[in-house]
Amino acid sequence: MKQFLVFVKKEFYHVFRDRKTLLMLFGLPIVQIVLFGFALTNEVKNSKIVVADYAKDIASKRIIDKMEASNYFEIERTLPDNKAIEQAFQEGNIRLAVIFPSGFNDELQHQNKAQIQVIADASDPNTATTLTGYISSIILDYQSELMQNNAIPYQIIPEVRMLYNPELKGAPNFVPGVMALILMLVCVMMTSVSIAREKEKGTMEILLVSPFRPILVILSKAVPYFLLSLINLSIILLLSVFLMDMPVNGSIVLLFLESSLLIITALSLGLLISTVVESQQSAMLISLMGMMLPTMLFTGFMFPIENMPLPLQIISNAVPAKWYYVIVKAIMIKGLGFSAIWKETLILAGMTLFLLVVSLKKFKIRLQ
Amino acid sequence: MSAVTFEHITKTYDKGKVLAVNDVSFDVKKGELFGLIGADGAGKSTIFRILTTLLLPDSGRAAVDGYDIVKNYKIIRGSVGYMPGRFSLYQDLTIEENLNFFATVFGTTIKENYELIRDIYVQIEPFKKRRAGQLSGGMKQKLALCCALIHKPSVLFLDEPTTGVDSVSRKEFWEMLQRLKEQNITILVSTPYMDEAVLCERIALIQEGQLLSIDTPAAIIRSFPSELYAVKADNMHKLLKDARAFEGTASCYAFGEFLHLTFKNENNGSAVFLSYLSGRDTTGIEIRRIEPTIEDCFIQLMPEGQTENKNGGAE
Repeated sequence: MKQFLVFVKKEFYHVFRDRKTLLMLFGLPIVQIVLFGFALTNEVKNSKIVVADYAKDIASKRIIDKMEASNYFEIERTLPDNKAIEQAFQEGNIRLAVIFPSGFNDELQHQNKAQIQVIADASDPNTATTLTGYISSIILDYQSELMQNNAIPYQIIPEVRMLYNPELKGAPNFVPGVMALILMLVCVMMTSVSIAREKEKGTMEILLVSPFRPILVILSKAVPYFLLSLINLSIILLLSVFLMDMPVNGSIVLLFLESSLLIITALSLGLLISTVVESQQSAMLISLMGMMLPTMLFTGFMFPIENMPLPLQIISNAVPAKWYYVIVKAIMIKGLGFSAIWKETLILAGMTLFLLVVSLKKFKIRLQ
Repeated sequence: MSAVTFEHITKTYDKGKVLAVNDVSFDVKKGELFGLIGADGAGKSTIFRILTTLLLPDSGRAAVDGYDIVKNYKIIRGSVGYMPGRFSLYQDLTIEENLNFFATVFGTTIKENYELIRDIYVQIEPFKKRRAGQLSGGMKQKLALCCALIHKPSVLFLDEPTTGVDSVSRKEFWEMLQRLKEQNITILVSTPYMDEAVLCERIALIQEGQLLSIDTPAAIIRSFPSELYAVKADNMHKLLKDARAFEGTASCYAFGEFLHLTFKNENNGSAVFLSYLSGRDTTGIEIRRIEPTIEDCFIQLMPEGQTENKNGGAE
């Protein structure tokens, strides 16, 4: 036991004395979560728009308030003429203009019908569509408010209901994906590289020619990286809750337990890689290529698996991160309990057991 | 009982393509300082790894302290000390941390066996907070030796401990080994430096996986079959060519600034050679009879074809 502890301590020394490792361990998740969370989201935030309110009545004010509250827009209120609007578009200062005609509320109240002009810069069609979509949903929202107050039937309004992500936020999709990606990457890479380093530097030779059992070498490698990964996980969760406003709707204990399972999967995968490589470089390369791509492609957070051809869908089942992604989404976003994810958990546990047995079998107690 | 027995061991790599050790046998007595002498690639490290249970031989059997290296590998791993060829401690840990780590891994403490390593450790103790990666070659060797000794091993395997170490540290290192021998620890050491061979009690000369000779250094030198001459001239290149062409030459190779020669005719070979040279206007000739060194014995023991190669390389 004392041997084991001193070994674990040694591993921590390795990690904390190597700036590169430390950076990879803690820098990577932060960069990735921020990158995926902010830079790479498909939602459009803080777009500059012009609102020309010629009506200045209760209805127009209410709609503008809603727009302001939405966070999607940076609103400039002016009463420009058509020419000024055109120029602003041309210079790229604004992406969208909303114009309320005078007597907007009157028309709405008396004719049950009113018009708002929405002009969008469609040189970037995706953004334009997204922005007009935001505007229409805000207007629809207001319409339904009116309907509640008076029983006057307006037009038929399409009922759009966004399950779990009513505001169409990007974070809920990315955070679980990034969690899976980072845990896989970091754990697999750390274990495989650290065991490969012992081989490369020749210290494995000394460790083997000692009373220390090879299985303990592996275990004492796994423990520090397991603990560090849990810290990593906490950082990701804190970042996503406080920076990305991403809720954890389900049990946080369950989330950590399931994550621990994935970490063990990743550790055994790293161990498996380390049994076949001789150098740190190839360990790093295999973990990066072998983890990064499949995890990105087949987890489902970047490309929906349902849209893939059948062979790829089948392949995706072999990627542990895919199951973890489903589990995390269920816990974090849908707030479901263990009964909803026991199947995925079982699959993940099975994979872990398989990887662990194979890699322990392959672990060499001699040099050849 | 022998500390190490090595019986008809053969070991190949790459599924039999590379022959590393070819039917090698030797014995090391308890408390002996035994040297494996040979150039790089001679198979020394392979022999060490077989004895430390890191490699399995293709055929033959070996034992350390009477324990079979295959069946009882766990017992051997717990009782021997091993210092691999390249510096293999943790570069990012300090001297103290390295020593402490290996002491604990071997189930002991620095305190318990401090006596054993004291002579060596005091030399590096002033730097104990320094990381191993920042040590000089000589200090690294001392630290590695401390780590290999900390559990009071019965047999100590040192694979090329003095490679890459300055000559002063090398000398110190061998003095340390002599002192350890007095503690009744069997030491197996390998080295490519022939001058270190005479410091061992017995040596085995190895070349290309084959054992050339095993004996005490003095006996190996005594067994050198003929008179050895060192020759020097102003134009060494021409001298080497002439000596090769001379029909009375038995062997001839460059050795430092001299040529080492043996003659077929033991009685007057050198005299005939001198008169042969004087007919080929050679200036500054210097010739004297010398005692052979281990290296001369080594070259003389090498199979014919390899001698030629070696001479070709030295030219």
